[in-house]
Amino acid sequence: MQKNDTSSLLQVSGLTLALADGKALVHGISFDIAPGEMIGIVGESGSGKTLAARSLIGLAPPAVHRTAGSIVFDGQEVTALSAGALRKLRGSRIGMVFQEPMTSLNPSMAIGRQLDEGLALHTTLSPAQRRARILEMLERVRIQDPAAALSAYPHRFSGGMRQRIMLASAMLLRPSLLIADEPTTALDAVVQREVMDLMVELTRDHGTAVLMISHDLPMVARYTDRMVVMHHGRIVESNRTAALVSAPREDYTRKLLAAMPTRGPVREIPQAAPILEVDGLVLDFPAGGGLLSKRPPKRALKGIDLRIAPGEVVALVGGSGSGKTTLGRAIAGLLQPSGGRILFEGKGIARRSEGWARYRAQCQMVFQDPASSLDPRMTVGASIGEALTGMPGLTPAARRGRILEVLQEVSLPAEVASRYPHELSGGQRQRVAIARAVVRRPAFIVADEPVSALDVTVRAQILELFAQLQSRHGFSCLFISHDLAVVEQIADRVIVMRHGEIVEQGPRDEVFDRPHHDYTRELLAAAPRMGGLVHDAMTP
Amino acid sequence: MKLRKMNAAIGGTILGAIALAAGIGLFWTPFDPVTLGYAKRLAAPDAVHWLGTDEFGRDVLSRLMTAAATSARISVLTVATAVLLGTLVGVLSGYLRGWTDRVLMAFNDALLAFPGILLALGFLAVAGANEYGIVVALGIAYAPSVARIVRGTVMSLREMDYIAASRLMGNSEFFIVWRHVLPNCVAPLVVLATSMFGWALLAESALSFLGLGVPPPAPTWGNMLAGSRPFIAKAVWLAIFPGACISLTLLGINLLGDALRDRLDPRMRNT
Repeated sequence: MQKNDTSSLLQVSGLTLALADGKALVHGISFDIAPGEMIGIVGESGSGKTLAARSLIGLAPPAVHRTAGSIVFDGQEVTALSAGALRKLRGSRIGMVFQEPMTSLNPSMAIGRQLDEGLALHTTLSPAQRRARILEMLERVRIQDPAAALSAYPHRFSGGMRQRIMLASAMLLRPSLLIADEPTTALDAVVQREVMDLMVELTRDHGTAVLMISHDLPMVARYTDRMVVMHHGRIVESNRTAALVSAPREDYTRKLLAAMPTRGPVREIPQAAPILEVDGLVLDFPAGGGLLSKRPPKRALKGIDLRIAPGEVVALVGGSGSGKTTLGRAIAGLLQPSGGRILFEGKGIARRSEGWARYRAQCQMVFQDPASSLDPRMTVGASIGEALTGMPGLTPAARRGRILEVLQEVSLPAEVASRYPHELSGGQRQRVAIARAVVRRPAFIVADEPVSALDVTVRAQILELFAQLQSRHGFSCLFISHDLAVVEQIADRVIVMRHGEIVEQGPRDEVFDRPHHDYTRELLAAAPRMGGLVHDAMTP
Repeated sequence: MKLRKMNAAIGGTILGAIALAAGIGLFWTPFDPVTLGYAKRLAAPDAVHWLGTDEFGRDVLSRLMTAAATSARISVLTVATAVLLGTLVGVLSGYLRGWTDRVLMAFNDALLAFPGILLALGFLAVAGANEYGIVVALGIAYAPSVARIVRGTVMSLREMDYIAASRLMGNSEFFIVWRHVLPNCVAPLVVLATSMFGWALLAESALSFLGLGVPPPAPTWGNMLAGSRPFIAKAVWLAIFPGACISLTLLGINLLGDALRDRLDPRMRNT
């Protein structure tokens, strides 16, 4: 789509946003959007991208004020509009889709009524016409049985379906601009792809311009015509997507692009008896219900077999609900399997058995959410030290020494030991969590989405750290992730799970280059990857 | 931030003054708090009897000073009993879940549905009215609300990854509860405990009013307030001063309690 300066739909110039005390959060950013154009704003957390987008429609938090700049939408100065005029603009001419599909729909209101709200407010259509339009739109976003969906409540729908409903609700009014703030971040790859494709298709048909805000550079690059990169409240670089990706001009853009995971080298794993064996593992979750109504339990794992060799990094991938986290927790010993067996170095790991005590010293876990994996009331030193409590013959001095040593290993300064988790950034907390996991030199680590909650540049650093520690200490690892790019970088072997079953497993290159199972192919196709992307961009 | 510090200072000053008065009251009071003086019944505050005298001619200031220690003892012990009992039940139910939870909570909810004062009344009617009877009765009556709060907190805490991490280190469940669960329950508990001090003070006065409090002639703020009722029109100081003592103590406890909660939470420090 060609950019046309004379007829831009939205023109932002010199927009500066600040707090009441004068601290600027967004520094004089300028960009414009042509009718029907897809433009993306990319940045890490704290870059001001969401704030900038929300302020376009007067939805910035009350503490934030515009101190300079203008926003012109379709020839109208938005900043000069009254609250009422702004409300008219929102919804009718500018639609919005937010990140969290679980909270953006009102749980106590039927879908039909929620969708009707905007139409009733902004159009003069009759109820029958509105209903027809809603049904047509629900059909377009591929909601099965739209008529039934009208009277259904949001909890009946999955995250992906809710996001499609949100999209429908935004597009019902045929806006000329759609602002999508991290529209698919909470969804897994395959669903993400579906929703994005749908969004592109719908907005193309209606000639709606799209402003997409995301931290996910490959995803934005795949869909947009132009891209704006933001960092610390400033625009670092903005250019046509193909040019920006293939020939970045600024250091920060290059850093962002370099932070994208790339396939790691093939490593030789020496043949040895597996350190971990899982045979026919079955796990049922009780379905709840009262005393009288016993429902059948829900089977989360349906007979899993796997082997992990000493020193091997095995990635476990799959969409949400595939059972990958459940499997990881069962293997770590946090969940009691309903059937099958788990052997560590040939011994069972049943609780209170001889194998259990040994397993506890040898198997540790790194969790996804750095906010909940550390006790907020314990200093970093105490948290790491806790892992050493059971160790025989460790003097307090030696213990302190071990803590400082491991902090150094994860590249944190020694004074962090006396800090509390809330004083650290997400990346630092994840380093602490890794330090706690490796401080006893375990032979096996389960890492459950250890980098999913981190910004891209931090993610790259943590992955590098992880690989470094792994090669230094040679522990085996079960690396659980939904992010195929990350897996491609660090895994030796890949296991693909779906609906509680393993659908495919094999050496990484085998799975990535010659997938056998349809689901693996689907996953691979859905994941936007930088490599293919630059190629696509160069050959339009 | 400044305001919070000032609140703590004000609360501390109030409680300190009351504690000082109570401390002195243990050894010395201007007059004997229980000696009757028919000559000066219902005397208004003057230079001799600073806060006036009651219907039996006893010095109100002396009685308030003596009562401070009794009232403080009763409310502190009541709150301590309720917190210990409630935390025990709450942690067991929230951490173990399943049948333990169902049984304990069914019992807890039954107690909760029962008015606390009525429960205490029944207990005291059987056990006889004395200080420790009041403590046990009110302690049992207040424990269910503590149990509810603790259970809820524990239920969300037990899903935290750091609990899982601790389990993976091979720590026993008891250790995990002691090391990770209990300390993280402190903040909501302090908030609840501070308001419970107030309930205990008031409940004690209500029980005294009903004749089941600390038996006369020993003074408590509650029974002094209760005893003032027939004379409120003639001798308003009889109600005002014990009432003011109760209110000021509550204010002090609340101000200090908030500061304490923030102080005990590393997240709230130096922010």
